[in-house]
Amino acid sequence: MRNAIPVLTVLVVLVGLWWAAVAPMNIRPALDLAERGGAVIVPEGSVQRREVSVWTLMLKNSSHVSAGYDLKRPRLPTPAQVGQEIWKTTGAMVLKGRTWSKRSLIYHSWITLQSTLWGFLLGTSLGILGAVAITYSRVTSMSLMPWAIISQTIPIVALAPMIIVVANQVGVEGRGVPKAIISAYLCYFPVLVSMVKGLNSPKPAELDLLKTYNASGTQSFWKLRLPASLPYFFTSLKVGVAAALVGTIVGELPTGAISGLGARILIGDQFGTPLAIWSALFLAAILAGLLVTFVDTMQRVTLRKMGFRA
Amino acid sequence: MTNNTIVSAKDLSLTFQTNDGPVHALSDVNLDIEKGDFVSFIGPSGCGKTTFLRVMADLEQPTGGEITVNGVSPREARLARAYGYVFQAAGLYPWRTIGGNIRLPLEIMGYSKADQAERVSRVLELVDLAGFEKKYPWQLSGGMQQRASIARALAFDADILLMDEPFGALDEIVRDHLNEQLLKLWADTGKTIGFVTHSIPEAVYLSTKIVVMSPRPGRVTDVIESPLPKERPLDIRDTPEFLEIAHRVREGLRAGHSYD
Repeated sequence: MRNAIPVLTVLVVLVGLWWAAVAPMNIRPALDLAERGGAVIVPEGSVQRREVSVWTLMLKNSSHVSAGYDLKRPRLPTPAQVGQEIWKTTGAMVLKGRTWSKRSLIYHSWITLQSTLWGFLLGTSLGILGAVAITYSRVTSMSLMPWAIISQTIPIVALAPMIIVVANQVGVEGRGVPKAIISAYLCYFPVLVSMVKGLNSPKPAELDLLKTYNASGTQSFWKLRLPASLPYFFTSLKVGVAAALVGTIVGELPTGAISGLGARILIGDQFGTPLAIWSALFLAAILAGLLVTFVDTMQRVTLRKMGFRA
Repeated sequence: MTNNTIVSAKDLSLTFQTNDGPVHALSDVNLDIEKGDFVSFIGPSGCGKTTFLRVMADLEQPTGGEITVNGVSPREARLARAYGYVFQAAGLYPWRTIGGNIRLPLEIMGYSKADQAERVSRVLELVDLAGFEKKYPWQLSGGMQQRASIARALAFDADILLMDEPFGALDEIVRDHLNEQLLKLWADTGKTIGFVTHSIPEAVYLSTKIVVMSPRPGRVTDVIESPLPKERPLDIRDTPEFLEIAHRVREGLRAGHSYD
């Protein structure tokens, strides 16, 4: 619980900054709305106001600043508005028995989570296999590693639509598979790099010891290299699972997707509903937090059970 | 060379090629080790004492001369699991219990489960660690960890025990204690022991034969057969015989340094 205090302090500061930023961000739409309602605004007309800074507008129309905190379509919603929106699209939906409705973010999170988990599984497996190949063969070490690094320099946003198009061309139905591939593409790399490091973490003396036992390569893999790599593996899983989520969301952005958090973000952008964007963003963050916490718990339990000092 | 010769080195040389030119780690080393000997290798850093031990263990390949272990090449001896090797660091696997660490060579060599269990408890007894089987390495002191690593080397009943500065990282008091225990273990098991050390008292106290080495090139400057009895209480270190041998070792070490 001691750790909670600094975390909560940072949270309070962030929410405070956010809340303070709402006033300058929303002053223009707030003034436009008030003017249409008949109020006298200085200067008159939204076109004239474009020439004036938000700070001046706030000073000259201080009585209308608070209206910025209660807009229907704010440029920057308040923390409370986002909270309400999240509740409306999650908890309230559950209460109404519409958990799996298309308007429910639980439904969209579930779509995203599924692809994330498939991508995570695929990416992690590829990462482990690649790392084993790199550790045990000089040829793959020299040929595979440069490509693995190059693969990460290609912007995933550019690659994602291509993967979707190609998947469609070869007759893969739906978006689940291409999304999982994009997700795996981001996820395998941290796993690969960490596993290479982990599999090579045994010291020369430890390998010499196995040599004195005349141990086979398979035996030294299962008895030394693999268990020695586990702490590295779990650390990379935490990075990997977050990357897998980002990959899935990016895979949901290109046009055509209608479900998933990425699609919600895009739709929110197209229809000018920042509230939808923000609540989808928060759901994505919460999802990432849950996934990382889950991996972290797995790590603690496994390593402690294996006897590693926690 | 007799029937009881365990290790026999003739004109053994080993040169490492480095970026700074060749390094003569071993140069024309001639040495016989008899069955049941406790042989210490002593000398300053770079004198090749560890290298010689590693050549015996087939962890380094000599570049000249000949060496046999148990009458065969070091490689064949290694494949026949003729020796147990104790490294400077205990090197216990943190994810295995003490028992699990000692079982490691037994698992690799394919002993049956029942045999493994019996051997683990026997060698734990031997190094005075009975009751620690289920503990993890981090729960043990440095001295206890090193004892566990000795137990691991003893578990598969190799006749030869090679030890590379096993007590180097431990403090004097623990070291004395372990030296005493090691002598007892040697008396109990009758193994042939090769022991690398930096410490003159340790070498004299433990050995039946002390090999004094000097660096650049690594070579043997003196081989001292110890006249001390097999029974050695710790206070033997204050006797004139002990001090005389220690003096001779020191002279040998100094002679090796006379050029600089």
